Amino acid sequence: MKTYTYTEKKDTRSGFGAGLAELGRTNPNVVALCADLTPSLKMGEFIKENPERFFQIGIAEANMMGIAAGMTIGGKIPFTGTFANFATGRVYDQIRQSIAYSDKNVKICASHAGLTLGEDGATHQILEDIGLMKMLPGMVVINPCDFNQTKAATIAIAEYEGPVYLRFGRPSVPIFTPADQKFEIGKAIQLTEGNDVTIVATGHLVWEALEASKALHEQGISAEVINIHTIKPLDDKAILESVAKTGCVVTAEEHNVLGGLGESVARVLATNNPTPQEFVGTNDTFGESGTPAQLMDKYELNSAAIVKKALAVIKRK
Amino acid sequence: MPNTKQLEDLTTQVRRDIIRMVHKVNSGHPGGSLGCAEFLVTLYNEIMDRKDGFDMDGIGEDLFFLSNGHISPVFYSVLARAGYFPVEELNTFRLIDSRLQGHPTTHEGLPGIRIASGSLGQGMSVALGAAQVKKMHGENTTIYSLHGDGELQEGQNWEAIMYAAAKKVDNLIATIDLNGQQIDGSTDDVLAMGSLKGKFEAFGWTVVEIEKGNDIDAIIKGMAEAKAKSGQGKPVCVLLKTIMGNGVDFMMHTHEWHGKAPNDEQLAIGLEQNPETLGDY
Repeated sequence: MKTYTYTEKKDTRSGFGAGLAELGRTNPNVVALCADLTPSLKMGEFIKENPERFFQIGIAEANMMGIAAGMTIGGKIPFTGTFANFATGRVYDQIRQSIAYSDKNVKICASHAGLTLGEDGATHQILEDIGLMKMLPGMVVINPCDFNQTKAATIAIAEYEGPVYLRFGRPSVPIFTPADQKFEIGKAIQLTEGNDVTIVATGHLVWEALEASKALHEQGISAEVINIHTIKPLDDKAILESVAKTGCVVTAEEHNVLGGLGESVARVLATNNPTPQEFVGTNDTFGESGTPAQLMDKYELNSAAIVKKALAVIKRK
Repeated sequence: MPNTKQLEDLTTQVRRDIIRMVHKVNSGHPGGSLGCAEFLVTLYNEIMDRKDGFDMDGIGEDLFFLSNGHISPVFYSVLARAGYFPVEELNTFRLIDSRLQGHPTTHEGLPGIRIASGSLGQGMSVALGAAQVKKMHGENTTIYSLHGDGELQEGQNWEAIMYAAAKKVDNLIATIDLNGQQIDGSTDDVLAMGSLKGKFEAFGWTVVEIEKGNDIDAIIKGMAEAKAKSGQGKPVCVLLKTIMGNGVDFMMHTHEWHGKAPNDEQLAIGLEQNPETLGDY
């Protein structure tokens, strides 16, 4: 079994900041906008190096989305930065009409997604953003798993023409993907090979899925872990090929099971190859204050939860 | 440059287009469309420095953004008659498979449209983004936008109004169609907004008032003043006092025709009041 190790942990938002800084040096059309959260979004390096290409909008996210849409007219590639909650739910209609329906090349970059925002609590812990964004026609939805992948994704989406939602987070998580791994939008990455169960995970849950696969291995169960960094367009082929072999699947995400990655996987399976599936995600609930680890434990979003669901779904084969 | 008579003839034809389009599909918004006919005809044919043809980026030319997208009939007519697409296509307004959707969109690739609008309050932000890019490019061009007065009840406008002044976006001339009417009645009855002039000035804008917003000479004079006051560190707001339904007597001075189509008889009266000038589509 292929195993993964790490020497360093970092927050995925820093991967965004590093990717944005690199874009600042390589792509003169990239501009950045922020609604009064530049330290949280790690935008400092870009701002320092390209002050003329940074736009401080103030605490006015609706205006920010409209300005970003307008900036595409003339050929700029705007990257907007704020918390995931304010980047989606707060401005859904602005994104829908001025960006998605208007086919504007805006990159909506969202930090502090999910429960791992921690102590700030449910007002800021959005668990519905993947669902909101994947429902918009034409919107690409990406949720990378570590620093390296977030940096690579940030750079990759500048090359893609069209609206993108890029979701990342606050906590430090293991860096286990190669720094030189090319990011291909819509292309799943198989992390481990296995025959008994497929684990399809996104974002912070990918490392947890790898930990779960280790624990399952000790019980004699071989799990195939697939890193889905792009929730839309979904890599149907990779998922179908894996479940054809394993016959069951667990999906894992830091998001409501209603509207998340799991439901997208379920649609693919239901229409192509109905397969037993279990969901790791929050269950139609808001979050609360606590440390990220406490929250992931309480809401069953960790490796232990994935192991439990894997054992359950294998029994349903 | 066309003379006033030519602009008036074009406006009369645009009015015919508006009521014929809305009548044919028994839906759409004639009142606000008629009220802004003189303004948009003058803007596109006299004020704006436009290039031939259409490309989305609009480098090196003035751009216009319609925020109150429900007045799409006047926008489509003015665009078609400015050469952006064939006037015959006005026949397809609001029909299935048409590029002329109920509210303007880029999604169907209609030349002349740079942003979807209809859900109110979003156009000024978009215009600001486009204006800031013009500045980045070092262009000496102007961004024009049009907004309904009732539309200013949407909060996003005030985010944009605050931002425009703070960031000195002085290549934006935003016009407010001050017809005093909205769906549920007069703006004063629905949600009185007090002095818009005072509000814009308090937010740091230069305000130009056009008292006769349905008079082409007054529009030319007022917009020239607005242009002269742009580029001086402040965004410019034009308060354009119009009469909703202007040019069709039974549609004037009321909100009744905000979103209602004329019947056959009413269409005939409206057309009689606006004889054909440049030829119907």
